[in-house]
Amino acid sequence: MENSQHATLQVSELSCFRDERLLFSALDFSVNAGQVLLLEGANGSGKTSLLRILCGFREADAGQIYWCGNKISESSYFQDMAYVGHADGTKKELTVLENLNFALALGAPGKYSIEQALDKVMLAGFDDNPVHTLSAGQKRRLSLARLLITHNLLWILDEPFTSLDRQGIKLIESLIAAHIEQGGMAVLTSHHDLSMADLNLQRIHLQACQ
Amino acid sequence: MPIIQAFWAIIRRDLLLAFRRRAEMANPLFFFVLVVTLFPLAVGAQPNLLRAMAPGVIWVSALLAALLSLDSLFRSDFDDGSLEQMLLSPHALSVLVLGKIIAHWLVTGLPLLLVAPLLAVFLGLPEQAMGTLWLTLILATPLLSLIGAIGVALTVGLRRGGMLLSLLVLPLYVPVLIFASGAVDRAASGLPVDAQLNILTAMLLSALVLVPLPTAAALKMSVN
Repeated sequence: MENSQHATLQVSELSCFRDERLLFSALDFSVNAGQVLLLEGANGSGKTSLLRILCGFREADAGQIYWCGNKISESSYFQDMAYVGHADGTKKELTVLENLNFALALGAPGKYSIEQALDKVMLAGFDDNPVHTLSAGQKRRLSLARLLITHNLLWILDEPFTSLDRQGIKLIESLIAAHIEQGGMAVLTSHHDLSMADLNLQRIHLQACQ
Repeated sequence: MPIIQAFWAIIRRDLLLAFRRRAEMANPLFFFVLVVTLFPLAVGAQPNLLRAMAPGVIWVSALLAALLSLDSLFRSDFDDGSLEQMLLSPHALSVLVLGKIIAHWLVTGLPLLLVAPLLAVFLGLPEQAMGTLWLTLILATPLLSLIGAIGVALTVGLRRGGMLLSLLVLPLYVPVLIFASGAVDRAASGLPVDAQLNILTAMLLSALVLVPLPTAAALKMSVN
């Protein structure tokens, strides 16, 4: 576990091709503790590809990613990050509680207990509901509850606001703000503009290259 | 130790999932019973022929049933994003993968083990071969799950990987089939089977050690 005060995610000279098409090249940025990075850009401009590279699912075609000064493969990066993508990563036949217990077994315990986390994402009382009975927005909130129960500094969120209602969006924004305040960091893509004025926010606009 | 907890959590979760999807999970077993029971109907009332064919029939059906069940090993995890979460876990993926393979065997291999003696009696397999049939099933059905796991991990990212999976995995299943049905055959004629059983044991032990790492690597490639 790294000291959260000194945690930085640094990306240098990152390039990515997809099907012979250049998505981005020579991308440099760094995210420090207490910062949010918002990736913007049209559909197909490479936002999700960038996030998947940051998660280590894809190899970058050029460039390096550093976590606290070390290459991510040689650091505690995977203990310190959490990802919520397009797919929820929950099992629809299992109950809310069973899903969260499993997520907890895969990672290290975090700031909140499962009960507190469910309370925070307004799913209290849904413990024993199978996930397939939840609505799309509730499923989304459940997968975000996973971030709260496991230990992590860096949240990587791919379109966290899809299928959420206005209240849900506010809720997730406040969760992100609380995480940032406690020295965490977040990288996210969203078509919805973040409405938090006092947030230490960086923006990167990815332009679709031809 | 957290990694052992994660290992048990995977097995527990997959068993629970299998229980909740029991109709789907019973398919391979149903297939196994169906194929074996169809043989006497097709061959007709020839007890000697059936008795001679019994080891082969049971083993070919068991192998095809295992092949049928393979795709379920990683498919749903791949589709719903659970596999991504497993990749991101700080625990070694190969250990988690081994947990998944064990759970898969408990759900698909173990039931075959329980039904096979019944079907063997049905085909008239001599009593002296019954113990060997059991032993070969105990040794070789986990082997089928282990070998299959590499193939599934390689093809899970492809949209139509079913055909490719059989092409990849069947050649590797052939030695298992030869030694397992050979052993039962020999036992039926009262010959010693130590050599076959030893080879199957050796194959199982090496697969236990050698399979998880390439499977984990192949899964990482498939998620890309």
